[in-house]
Amino acid sequence: MADRPVGLREPGPPPALEVEHLVKVFPGPRSAGGFLAVDDVSFCVPQGRSLAVVGESGSGKTTLARMIVGLERPSAGRIAVAGSARSWRRVSSAERKRRAREVQIVFQDPYSSLDPRQSVRRCIEEALVLHFDLDRAGRTARVEELLEQVRLDRRHADSLPKRLSGGQRQRVAIARALACAPKVVICDEAVASLDVSIQAQVLNLMSDIRNETGVSYLFISHDLAVVRQVSDDIVVMRRGRIVEAGPADRVLDAPEHPYTRRLLAAIPRPGWRPAPSQEEVGTSS
Amino acid sequence: MAGTGTPLLSAAGLLEEKRAGGGLLRDPVVLVSTGIIVLLVVIAVFAPFIATANPDSSNILAVNEAPSAAHLLGTDSLGRDLFSRLVYGARLSLLGPALIVCISSAAGTVLALAAAWFGGFFDQMVSRAADVLFAFPGIIFAIVAVSVFGRGLVAPVIALAIAATPYVLRVTRSVALRQRRLPYVAACYVEGVPAWRIGLRHLLPNVAPIILVQATLAFGYALVTLAAISYLGLGVQPPSATWGLMVATGQAAILGGHPEQSLYAGVMIVLAVVAFNLLGNRLAAHLET
Repeated sequence: MADRPVGLREPGPPPALEVEHLVKVFPGPRSAGGFLAVDDVSFCVPQGRSLAVVGESGSGKTTLARMIVGLERPSAGRIAVAGSARSWRRVSSAERKRRAREVQIVFQDPYSSLDPRQSVRRCIEEALVLHFDLDRAGRTARVEELLEQVRLDRRHADSLPKRLSGGQRQRVAIARALACAPKVVICDEAVASLDVSIQAQVLNLMSDIRNETGVSYLFISHDLAVVRQVSDDIVVMRRGRIVEAGPADRVLDAPEHPYTRRLLAAIPRPGWRPAPSQEEVGTSS
Repeated sequence: MAGTGTPLLSAAGLLEEKRAGGGLLRDPVVLVSTGIIVLLVVIAVFAPFIATANPDSSNILAVNEAPSAAHLLGTDSLGRDLFSRLVYGARLSLLGPALIVCISSAAGTVLALAAAWFGGFFDQMVSRAADVLFAFPGIIFAIVAVSVFGRGLVAPVIALAIAATPYVLRVTRSVALRQRRLPYVAACYVEGVPAWRIGLRHLLPNVAPIILVQATLAFGYALVTLAAISYLGLGVQPPSATWGLMVATGQAAILGGHPEQSLYAGVMIVLAVVAFNLLGNRLAAHLET
């Protein structure tokens, strides 16, 4: 069901990110065949659009994100960024650097995703030095521009991460990702560990950034409230497979698949009572 | 967490972090043991200015003398000034362990970072090689090295450095592996940072504190092992002075009623080893909190 890529593939610019029949099998038991984490997943993210991959923990969505950024090697399938497909051979340092300008990632845990011994400035500069031929003044200006873009006060530039709050750290992580000027930014539960009010701020920030830079987003999330706020399209994953896909409004307001309905039913709202558990209902809040 | 401490210590990465708690610099054990170590190093470096006589010149007419104004700690069975020998002895007694610790820390750290980074076959190979080395006690290794390459400072130092490397490797590898799994390393990888740079600029600074603690503890162990080798007559040869050698040469005088000749050098060894071990233990404790 719904295996078709989300978003129409119109003639014109190729999609920012295209994933076709992606499979990941982790070696190991489950009757010796290994664990099938991602099973024949296809979707595409047009340029400047935002797609959310939704599912409970263990649905394979993080593995999917790790494959797209090159932290995990797919067992089969195709990933193409801006029309050019990637090979699965061991990548050279230069190829890794080239890919860095295509896809960047923001991780869930803001406390461990920044080097504790690196100041905000040095963290962002590291990416700039790697990817752009800027002189010192140019770099400084660009760092300030990026901090401005993530609404982080300039006085934090020389702080170490431990002096920053979770929300501030996540802004640094976003600035670091943007420093590479990628076409796609993957947010792997990027706001899940933040307070709800901070979540809203960061999500607004990200949508502003999209308007300013035209970057595409791939949101990996279990939180449907977050998803509604940030995504144009939604892909629902369960046990490594896509069970439903479509425009965000349609999927959230008129879900077709029972699993999606259960996920939606699990969102707390006024008068909400926990649903009686049948099977393993989505436990994510 | 206001970290306004002396910039003096910030070089040692570890301390910078712990300063915030204010623990390390107010810990009397740390202060005393650091003081002793600094004192020993000063004695070794400025030996010519501190010693009152040529440590190697013997005087048959002034053998086994009691402490006096001329010989602060008396003389040994060859009439050499014990105080001056003790002072000059600090040089080789500390240089040896320092070399051992530097070589083994460098080799162990490089191997550990590479093992943590590459994982898989390389990691397996390095870890198994370390397991094999664990099977040989350092002192046996050193004795074999001496019997093959001859007595002196170099052979035992290299042998003990090789013997100490697996210890550095094992601890550093486990810490580096933990760091390597953190998302900041993944972020660097996705950013396109070259592997050597991730290792040097991100992993190394974050494992440095544990390496420092290890090195401090290893120093005491290396010192006592080298002293033992000196004592056995396999290390530095007379007339050069080391504390281990002085314990050995002083032995003859014990029966003659002059136990202090061995005792002075023994006290120096104990003092140095205890200072390094206490400092290492305290650093480790502060690192954990």
